[in-house]
This record gives sequence, C-alpha cells and structure tokens, in this order.
Amino acid sequence: MIDYTSASIDFALLGPEIALLASAFLILVTGYVKSLGKLSPGVAFVGLVIALVLSLNQWGNQSSGFFGMVTCDDFGSAFKVIFTLIAILTLLMAHRYLSHKSLNRPEFYALLNISTMGMMVMANSTDLVVMFLGLEIMSLPLYVMAGMARRSPESNEAGIKYFVMGAFASAFLLMGIAFVYGASGTTDLRRLVTDYHYIVGNFKLYLYSGVAMILVGFGFKVGAVPFHSWIPDVYEGAPTPVTAFFSVGPKAAGFAVLLRLFVFGFAYIGLLSDVFWVLAALTMTVGNIMALRQNNIKRMLAYSSIAHAGYILIAFAVGGDSAVSAAMFYLVAYALFNTGAFAVLVLLETRTGCKSDFSELSGFSRLHPYLSSVLALFMFALCGFPPTVGFFGKFYLFSAAIQSGFIWLVVIGVMNSFVSVYYYLRVIKVSFFDQPQQTFVPVTYSPAIIVVLLITLAGTLGLGLFPQQLLDISQSAIFAFL
Amino acid sequence: MSLDLAIFVISALVAVFGATMMIFQRNPVASVLYLILSLVGQAVLYVQLGAAFVGAVLIIVYSGAILVLFLFVIMMLNLRSSADLGEPSPPVSRFVKYFVSCLIFLELSFIIRESLGAGSTTSAGIVTMADDSFGSVESVATLLFTRYLYPFELTSVLLLSAIVGAVIIARRATEDELPPQPEKAVGPISQKTNEGQE
Repeated sequence: MIDYTSASIDFALLGPEIALLASAFLILVTGYVKSLGKLSPGVAFVGLVIALVLSLNQWGNQSSGFFGMVTCDDFGSAFKVIFTLIAILTLLMAHRYLSHKSLNRPEFYALLNISTMGMMVMANSTDLVVMFLGLEIMSLPLYVMAGMARRSPESNEAGIKYFVMGAFASAFLLMGIAFVYGASGTTDLRRLVTDYHYIVGNFKLYLYSGVAMILVGFGFKVGAVPFHSWIPDVYEGAPTPVTAFFSVGPKAAGFAVLLRLFVFGFAYIGLLSDVFWVLAALTMTVGNIMALRQNNIKRMLAYSSIAHAGYILIAFAVGGDSAVSAAMFYLVAYALFNTGAFAVLVLLETRTGCKSDFSELSGFSRLHPYLSSVLALFMFALCGFPPTVGFFGKFYLFSAAIQSGFIWLVVIGVMNSFVSVYYYLRVIKVSFFDQPQQTFVPVTYSPAIIVVLLITLAGTLGLGLFPQQLLDISQSAIFAFL
Repeated sequence: MSLDLAIFVISALVAVFGATMMIFQRNPVASVLYLILSLVGQAVLYVQLGAAFVGAVLIIVYSGAILVLFLFVIMMLNLRSSADLGEPSPPVSRFVKYFVSCLIFLELSFIIRESLGAGSTTSAGIVTMADDSFGSVESVATLLFTRYLYPFELTSVLLLSAIVGAVIIARRATEDELPPQPEKAVGPISQKTNEGQE
C-alpha cells in the first residue's frame, strides 16, 4: 500500500508536471526570438508528449510525497493521461485555426501547457489547499485563452464571463475549504476520513456547510445545473479549439477531484447521494431541453456538455466501484467524440465568415461526403448509438445505477437520451438532406487536423467495438483510490 | 519594562490616532496616508508581541503594496476632495454603518473582557504569550519550505500564469491585428432567429 505519511520531497512524483512547466517556460523565453518563435507549437507538443510518457510510466507505481500533499496512484495517472491526450488533440487542431484568425501567439501554447499542468495537480492532490491551487492554475490560463481574440466582442464577453463566474466559484470553494478546516483542523483528505466521526460528532454544522460550498464551487466548474448559466456564452464566444479544450479538459479535472472528494473523502455523509440524485436529474434535463432550441452548433454542444455532465453525475449518486469506473469510462468516451465533433467545427470555421450555425451546414455532404459522415458518426456517438463508444459509456453508467437500485434516475437518463437524439440528428439532417441556400465554400484540410480526426474516429469506433479493454483499465485505476 | 511600556503606549496611540484620522478625513489621499501611519503603529505592536514576521509583512505587503495600489486607484479616478465623492449617504445606510460598527465594537470588547477574566493564560491565546519561536521568520520559513513546499511552489506557478495572462490581455495591438478581418459584424450575442430549421 501507499505510505501515506511520506515526507519525502521526491520530484520524480512530479515528472509530468515539471515537463509541462519546462516546455511552457521555454516557449515564454524563446517565443519572441524571431527565428525560434515558430517553434513554439513544436516545443509545446514535445512537452506534452514527454508528459504523456512520464504519466504512463507512473501507472502502477504508487507513492506519496511532499508530506502527503501529492499522491501518485493509478487513478491520478489515468487522469493525467486523459489530460495530456486532450491537450495534444487541442494543440493539433489549434495551430491552423489560430493562424487563420491571426491569434497565433507563442503564449497560447505556454498557457495551454500550464493549464494542463494545473489539471494534473488537481488529479494527484490529496490536500484541499493543493486542490484549490491546481484548480486556479488550470483556470487562469483558460480565462485568458477564452478571451484571446481581442477583436471579437464575443470572445471578450466569453473571457470576462468565464473569469467572473470562475472567480465566484473559487470564492465559494475557498470558503468551503475554510469551513472544513475550521471544523477539522486539517486540509488533508486522509485525516478528514480517519477523523470523520470525531469531526461530525463535534462540528457537524461547519463540516456540512463547508462540504456544501465545496460542492457549489466544483458545480460551477463542471457545469452542473443550477450553476451552468455561464457555459453557453463562453463556449460560443471562445475560439473553437479553446472551446474544445475546456468542454472536456476542465470537466475531466473537476470530475477527478469530485470523485476523490465525494466518493471517497466525504462518502460518509449520507445526504450526499440524494443531493447528487437531484443534481444529476436537473443537469441532464435542463441541458437536453435547452439544447433543443439552439441554432448554433457550438451553443448546442455547450448545452449537450451540460447534459453529459448530468449523466456522469449519476455515478456520484450511485457511488461504489462499478459506478466510478463507469464514470471514468464515460469521461474518456466523451472526450473522444466531443473533441472529434469540435475538430470538424474547427475545419468549418477556418473558412472566412463561418460561425457554425446550423444553416451553414446545408450542402455540406455533397461537397465533403467523408467529412460529413465523420461528423454524423460523432453525432451518433453523442446520442449514444451502438456501435460507438457513446453507447457503452451510457450502458455501463445506467447498468451500474440499476444494480444499486436507482431505477428512477436511470429512467430519467434514458428519457433524456431520447430527447437528445432530436438535436444531434438535426446536424445530420441539415448536412445531408437540406437544400443549400448558397454554395458551400469548400474546406481545406491540414495534416494536423486529419490526425486529430483519425485519432478521435479510431477511438470512437475502436473502443465502441472493444469496450472491455478500456473498462478493465478504468476498473484497475480505482483500486488505488486515494 | 518601562521602555516596553513606553513603546507600547506610543505605538498604540499612533495606531489609534491614525485610524481615527483616517475616518475623519474628507480627502481620500490623506485618508490612505493616515491608514499607512496606523499600520506602522500596529506593526510595532506585532513586533513587541514577538511576531516579527507578521510585523514585517504588515509593513511590506499592506503599507508597501496594497495601500500604494489604493493610491493608484484614487489617483486614476481623480478623487480630490469631498465633492468628488458624491452625495452623502442616506440616513438608512448611515444607520446600518453605525449599527455594524457598534456590533464589532461590542464583540471586540466582549472578547477582550473574556480573555482577561479567564486569567490570561488558559483562554484562546489572545493575551497569552506564545513561545519564542512562534511567528518568527525561521518558523514560518521552515514550514514554508518543508511541510508546505509544494503549495508554495504551486503558488509561484499560479502567479506566473496570471502575469502572462495579464500581459496578453493588456498588450498593445500588433500590426497583424490591426487590418480588419472580414469578420462578422459587431452585435450582441443573443438567441438567433429560428432560420436554420426547415
């Protein structure tokens, strides 16, 4: 088992984080040297690949260090691999889009790597203070990346809204951490677990209010329903590759921390299951119903991301190993097909004047039969049709819930999946069957985005045909849970 | 002992005088300067209590950084005299202000009375003296560089990313940003009309 009290200051635990940070520093230093500035995406890519390799190396190697503030377990390593893969896909699709919109600055790549590093810190932390710092390191670059396009009022709006709501959420989170600290005298999750009965016996009110505020803070970050209002505007206004990044990256990081906190840390609080029941039902329903009446695909995908967060929240209401591994499976699946859908949007938006409205898709399939079929496949995956990985994601989640007796929650989830079919298939209907109002401007491919499409396509279909492998990995990851 | 007492009395008087004058100034710049004076007095009190580090931080961070920031803001807004501060507040909000200050005053006097009454050794440590190393630079540094090394380093990364972000947002437009792109017209983001359907 892990040596929980390890005081060792072992920087090998932080290998992936250090690789990302070093590449970010290198970009910041060399970015404005004339001959080296063009290399920034390459440097960022190399940093991410090194981080990926180091994270893979950490698999199976369980240790704790820095006085218990960092815990390397398979759970954290799995999430680190997910984060780096998402960041690599974002980097590949961002470069040409940013050059086209004349936003291509070296700092973008540095910020991308720093943000990914913040996610890694979150996934590996077993201390509330470190968790908070990781969250802030992840979020601050995202605010800036959302507002990168300074000439576009929508991008400015996205940046400011994201910043204000993010700061609001951080305030809640910090207040909650302060309350928990006041009740228990520690920010160490393991101490919170071991001393649980003493804390609840003496300071129940403070612990509960602290936990509630922490939940509100992370609810903002993952876009759970009463705290979702910022998502559509931010997703629509931000540059599309950035939207792709923060529709999956911060969400996965937020869920990683939530899983650690609420499925393990505060698992004794019996009320939490009911709270998550209501949150999940609300989030699914509101996300899906609001998505019905959107005319912009980015906005539609924003509401769909709320709905998918709702499906994942089912796992929190259910609890237990099978639900947690199903949630991890779902996160990986969602990251794949959602990034794929956004990659198609990025391709479409590199034509001038395109805003990803539904009407702009008409006539798409005649000029680009393959690309539109790929988009259609991602939409099928988002709905959850077999044989895509989306089906198995929902299948494992719902079956875990049924086994634990959450029948009504599953009924709500299945009903919501039916509702979602309408708006996902509308993309396919417009692109395949609608008469084009004006001639469709052809899309030009770049090698990097073809790679992104191939990876996401292979993942969506391949894991849909062989889901057991991914499920095995996610099941072995939760054994070392905290 | 008498020297200690003299230093205490003088610095406490300076702190109270600064705080009082700060409230009664109509010119915001003078107000901030009196606040700095009050903080210097308080810093001396902290040093006398053995918390040299807190005293130093009070001077460096509060007087040095935060209040200078206040001055910048006041100067940017160009608030010169009471006329720039707008109308005096209505009686209701004035009543709220007095009420809240009275509450805080009562609370503080209650705490002080309780801690003195309890024999000044057992209670929450308000008047009690901690051991010598408490609050010293060494003890803070030891914790910061061992137990809390990781959060400490993370904070520096956080500050770095904030600086980089601020520079990106606030920098001057470069030439490749200046020629207007054939982008969409400026307009409010709102629900678009339902034209895509059918």
